Amino acid sequence: MDIKEINCIRVHIKDNVVTLIREVSANEEMKGNDVPPGIKSLSSLPLGHKVALEEIAPGEKILKYGEVIGYACEIIKPGDHVHVHNIVSGRGRGDLK
Amino acid sequence: MKFMGYKRPDGSVGVRNHVLVLSSVVCANHVSQRIADAVPGAVAFCHSNGGGLLGKDIEQTQRTLDGIAINSNVAAVLVVSLGCEGSSAERIVEKTKASGRPAALVRIQECGGTTATIKAGINIVRNMYEKSMEQEREEADISDLSVSLECGGSDATSGISANPLVGWVSDRMVGLGATVILSETPEMIGAEHILFGRTASPEVSKKVIDIVRSVEEGANLMNVDLRGTQPTPGNIEGGLSTIEEKSMGCLAKAGSSVVMEVVRYAEIPSSNGLVIMDTPGFDVESVTGMVAGGSQVVLFTTGRGTPVGSPIAPVIKITGNPDVASWMRENIDFDASTVTTGEESLERAGEKLFQKLISVISGNLTSSEILGHSETGITRIGPSL
Repeated sequence: MDIKEINCIRVHIKDNVVTLIREVSANEEMKGNDVPPGIKSLSSLPLGHKVALEEIAPGEKILKYGEVIGYACEIIKPGDHVHVHNIVSGRGRGDLK
Repeated sequence: MKFMGYKRPDGSVGVRNHVLVLSSVVCANHVSQRIADAVPGAVAFCHSNGGGLLGKDIEQTQRTLDGIAINSNVAAVLVVSLGCEGSSAERIVEKTKASGRPAALVRIQECGGTTATIKAGINIVRNMYEKSMEQEREEADISDLSVSLECGGSDATSGISANPLVGWVSDRMVGLGATVILSETPEMIGAEHILFGRTASPEVSKKVIDIVRSVEEGANLMNVDLRGTQPTPGNIEGGLSTIEEKSMGCLAKAGSSVVMEVVRYAEIPSSNGLVIMDTPGFDVESVTGMVAGGSQVVLFTTGRGTPVGSPIAPVIKITGNPDVASWMRENIDFDASTVTTGEESLERAGEKLFQKLISVISGNLTSSEILGHSETGITRIGPSL
């Protein structure tokens, strides 16, 4: 793959999200290391944001760095923006006491 | 490996040769700053503490001020006191003298007010500065160095490029026998298991778990979701969604070295190698604590861009965000965005960052030094009384 085509990084092979290394437009295909073909970002997104590689059901783990970084709180589709609107943290939740 | 530094009577080695005007209480800040501004080569350390503190809080502030005074970048110290504060100006002077450095004290209430104290202080600091100019850099070993690691204004690039790059340099410095301080306890929440597996002893592992649990339980007492404070609104805009994600990125700064020791805020570590200091995630307070703990230089990553510096230690700013590298370039010392885009390998960029670090400890100024940044903050434990 030409380095100029790469727009994201899958930090760990276990990850179900990729992180954008530049901004992408809607319908742009995710291209990076170990990223399966055919996954398109459903929205235009800035650098640093995450896109789902697969369908993730509510309550399922979000994996980045091969580690759990949170849990889905709604159905996430491949190509969806993964961020504070659809994932929650499992830590520091004084609001749940 | 050798470098050229300023040897102090207590055996430590500085990378700068500052005459320090140290305010012992918020009420002495203005006078301290005016004295330092009047003498080239003098720096002021001002802060908002010193009064109304209780128990462990006053101990912590005092430990911080003591540590700042004997940081090896400091050649001589003038302590400026109001005269009735809770922090002990005498203790700072005693500790500084015990380290073999010249130290003096002026009290605003004894000198007869602002103008008289500024005048008296300028005379003392001018003499200290003349003396400090006589000292030259000498050959020293890199193992005399303590390097602080910090991330502030992080975005998602920090965790994937700038922080791993700092981790590469951190491992190299540990290999050369230096001390490296990792801090920001809230940014270990959700990643503590990574550290747990690589400590020098079960006691160190237990301490790591204890400090992380303590900060998480403290935050939970506020009955709110940590998100919005950690990660911050700026972190969230930069793509970080949870504290776990931020923590995993934060820990990359520590490379893969073994954690030798866990120390309190502003405590001077007893071991070389990788050490954890228990500090807040708030970067200015964290850097102040590590510099009080003896660090002579700071590796500071930022994805959103932050200008902050330190009056005592050079702060090297590293960004993995290409937009920040160009838009805020006057505040950035090292552009790591080539690692983000994959144009440059971690090893190649790591070697360049290592050379940058060597050039800064040898005397080349950082962006924050050139621009005059000297932010400080001493973290608090309890309420003001």
